[in-house]
Amino acid sequence: MGMKDNFVKYGRRYTQLLSAVLYNCHFPGFVTGRIYKGETKGICVPGLNCYSCPGAVGACPLGSLQGAIANSAYKLPFYVVGTLMLFGILLGRMICGFLCPFGLIQELLYKIPVPKMKKSKVTEVLSYLKYLILAVFVVGIPLVKLMPGFCKYICPAGTLLAGIPLVGTDPHLQAMVGALFSWKVFVMAVCIIICSVCFRAFCRFCCPLGAIYSFFNPIAFFGIRVNEEKCTGCNACIRFCKMDTKKVGDRECIHCGECKKVCPEGAIGFRDYF
Amino acid sequence: MKKYRKSIQIAVLAMAVGMIAIGIRMEEFRDVLYKAVMICMECIGIG
Repeated sequence: MGMKDNFVKYGRRYTQLLSAVLYNCHFPGFVTGRIYKGETKGICVPGLNCYSCPGAVGACPLGSLQGAIANSAYKLPFYVVGTLMLFGILLGRMICGFLCPFGLIQELLYKIPVPKMKKSKVTEVLSYLKYLILAVFVVGIPLVKLMPGFCKYICPAGTLLAGIPLVGTDPHLQAMVGALFSWKVFVMAVCIIICSVCFRAFCRFCCPLGAIYSFFNPIAFFGIRVNEEKCTGCNACIRFCKMDTKKVGDRECIHCGECKKVCPEGAIGFRDYF
Repeated sequence: MKKYRKSIQIAVLAMAVGMIAIGIRMEEFRDVLYKAVMICMECIGIG
């Protein structure tokens, strides 16, 4: 197995683990139940990582975007939108495949030995749901209700990485738990169950951050690409891919590189466009 | 599209960097920081 194949097989997992640890390296927070308050919290991390996680040392891009939209002080949140554009144009949905802790969690859940749901026309249609969630919960609700709609009503990452650790260690927060917390735990539980039977279900169907990065996928500097001269159009890559891709590198592609091993022509590879 | 790909990439990259610079100048970094260092009650399901 070549070095590049080894990188695809093991490097991606190590990169996912490393990014999850780096995003949440304020380890004392998990013991004390206190979140980090340093200056790095003003910098958005590329992946979905709740900034109320006791270990988080950076800001959640989605939470920051909703907060910025809800803030009536300025119209266009230049800093957060610019940051998302920078991440998107550099890496596109390669962030989903390599740098998202919740993507890692979903892939680990999928390893649970239960019957699996294969991709189909239904999952292809469901993949558009994340754009609706982006429009309504990430943009619409913050604009109208001045609160982070996605964080409040949906985000399972926030519940898993922040809600449960904080509520579990703080009696004051425990006293404040009500219907909303129950709803969020329910959403998280459903997400966990579905992700164990359907590959990256949250990523494919619900994640607004994946939706945002998908706009940049076709033009991102880094990512997986097909050598058109070698490609014979056999579509072995698409049949093997667990995401709802129609073409390698399209909006649903998370650039995991798994399709490389099934391409009979060796036409797939990681490219940079510098 | 492929012909203009490089130009689009450079334009988007420049726009992104420009927007970040404008945002920092307008102290939006501070806004993100102040939000991130407080426990987000909505995020943890308290409301």
